[in-house]
Amino acid sequence: MRFYEYESKRLFGKYGIPLPTGSKVARTPAEAGAIATEIAGPVVLKSQVLTGGRMKAGGVLFAETAAEAARAAEKILALTINGHKPRGVLVEARAPIAQEYYLGVTWDGVNRLPVMIFSDMGGIDVEEVAEKHPEHIAKRNFSTLFPFSDFMAKELIASIGISGSDLNRLTQIAATLARVFRDHGLTLAEINPLVRLHDGRFLCLDGHVDMEDDARDTQKGLLRELGIDPAEKRQARPPSQFEIDGAAVDAVDHRGVAGNVVEFDGDLGLVIGAGGGSLTLFDAIRKHGGRPANYCEIGGNPSVTKACALTKLILAKRGVKKIAVMMNVVSNTRVDIVARGVIKGVVESGFDPAEKIAIFRIPGSWETEGFKILRHYGVEYCDRSVSMYEAAGRAVAKMK
Amino acid sequence: MSILITRDTTFIIQGITGREAVNMTRECLDYGSKIVGGVTPGRAGRDIYGVPVYDTVAAIAKEKSVDGSVIAVPPAFTRDAVYEALECGIKILVIVTERIPRYEVAQMVELARLRGARIIGPNCLGVLSPGEAKMGGLGGRAEDARKAFTKGPIGVMSRSGGMTTEMCNTLTAAGLGQSTAVSIGGDAVIGSTYADLMPLYEADPETMAIVIYCEPGGRMEAELARYVVERKSRLPIVAFMAGRFMDEMPGMRFGHAGTIVEGKADTTAEKIARLEAAGISIAERIEDIPALVRKRLGI
Repeated sequence: MRFYEYESKRLFGKYGIPLPTGSKVARTPAEAGAIATEIAGPVVLKSQVLTGGRMKAGGVLFAETAAEAARAAEKILALTINGHKPRGVLVEARAPIAQEYYLGVTWDGVNRLPVMIFSDMGGIDVEEVAEKHPEHIAKRNFSTLFPFSDFMAKELIASIGISGSDLNRLTQIAATLARVFRDHGLTLAEINPLVRLHDGRFLCLDGHVDMEDDARDTQKGLLRELGIDPAEKRQARPPSQFEIDGAAVDAVDHRGVAGNVVEFDGDLGLVIGAGGGSLTLFDAIRKHGGRPANYCEIGGNPSVTKACALTKLILAKRGVKKIAVMMNVVSNTRVDIVARGVIKGVVESGFDPAEKIAIFRIPGSWETEGFKILRHYGVEYCDRSVSMYEAAGRAVAKMK
Repeated sequence: MSILITRDTTFIIQGITGREAVNMTRECLDYGSKIVGGVTPGRAGRDIYGVPVYDTVAAIAKEKSVDGSVIAVPPAFTRDAVYEALECGIKILVIVTERIPRYEVAQMVELARLRGARIIGPNCLGVLSPGEAKMGGLGGRAEDARKAFTKGPIGVMSRSGGMTTEMCNTLTAAGLGQSTAVSIGGDAVIGSTYADLMPLYEADPETMAIVIYCEPGGRMEAELARYVVERKSRLPIVAFMAGRFMDEMPGMRFGHAGTIVEGKADTTAEKIARLEAAGISIAERIEDIPALVRKRLGI
């Protein structure tokens, strides 16, 4: 879950990482003017959106006076960037910059340890620095079991030739960032750029924090403190009503998964198994020229009620002509229970299962019982001798 | 032969009285696995299908020799259960629990390394050596597992539990049995990656080829490609890549937590290019896997 810049900075500020003066969010132009008056000097105004490319899109503006700041805020608040409307405008004091740095902590999936990355070339894409100027970048893993100690950050920063008071000031900020990462289930804690001003002070000019979804339960206190609704999803785009309704289906009871859906604009509704099977089937449908109306997860042995509610949701979606019910060979999910739930959903929606279900391909546990039900309703089904790819092809063929 | 487990491997199930764990106990026993005990704190003295339940791992370890443990406790208690098993000297841990915070997974993996133990998972279905034993929910009921998995020369590794069974079933239908199938787990940080398990398959004289299931996200495929090139692996590998559609939708989450694409190196297109450059064959469809394996083996 990505944090807005202002939320990231609030978290950093809590730990004492130095921020620009002001650094408050305005929801209206008048509020922006008031913050600029408090700062009493040149300010920068930044659109609070969960997407990149703000600068290019005109989401970052500068102002000398409060009146100018209010006008700039008005422009930014009206501006949609990559489909995202701003949550507000961050107003901060501008300061003359002597040097930009990069500092980040993230996961190293290969070593399965956190990694701290530091560069004296900040403000630009760190992957680009790593490629073109490897001598300007340093990395170091740290333990999740043993304590993080300041010398680790110091060694990292010193390794690219930084010394004197810069080294000591940067060490404090880097060690603090490692603690922020450790304490809050983060997958990324990044300061870019981290800047040195002409008077020698360091500031976090822009910050980026990602928290893993699985840490939300243990981080409820922090989320509340930052004003983040624990239910907020924050994917690459805001969830649609269909997706919100899907989550409600999943919340009905704790058994199994059914209702983690993503909406698309096709005509073939999908009730497809969770995890890898769903990725494989989604690819197969597209390869056959089919147009999925949704991505969906169902598995972990969901109840009849859940499978039924999910089927109804997908059938109620505009433009859906038929549904395909498909999974890989299942181990713990019962074929008969899914069949029962799906058929119930189709019937309760006022359709004929034989007509509405393009194909049913779930082989495995309790399949004999499941196939009996499907036969009774005249639904086309197949066993494990028909591949996932072929089953997807049969479903797509029926759409023509 | 097989890797990780044989018919003689003894293991316990932590969280054995949970609904899913009770089913898993039945399935594993029916398949021939040697489950020597179960743990649920406060439930000592009961039994699950004849498997005695204890309060602590130490209580079992004092009486019996224990090679492994399946961890099937809720996410909030998983780390403690894993530490308990590691401190009792257990060397192979299968963590089936989903939704464990990444930091805690990294802590378990780090302690396992210090203790010379191996973790499979989390968020996985475990390990199955056809005709030998199964450790975890992989393959489901013993009768279903016997349909999908058969003994033979192919090593199988998969980030998806369900697709492990699907691929083995396809291999079985084509007359290609498996040495050991491992559901390695779908999270971004896991105990054993493809590259971690390769040396075990290399050392197994029965394994002649490897089949893997891949997804977008993470550096695991790149690490395998590097391993194969640097170690000059004797084993031909066939890979199936799912989730190709995700390349068009960066930042969206589909399926496993590990599939979130964060950089260019995580996309399926980039992974396929890397795997191919290392001499790994890419199957377009699951049903193409057996023919590709035969071609690589020259049979």
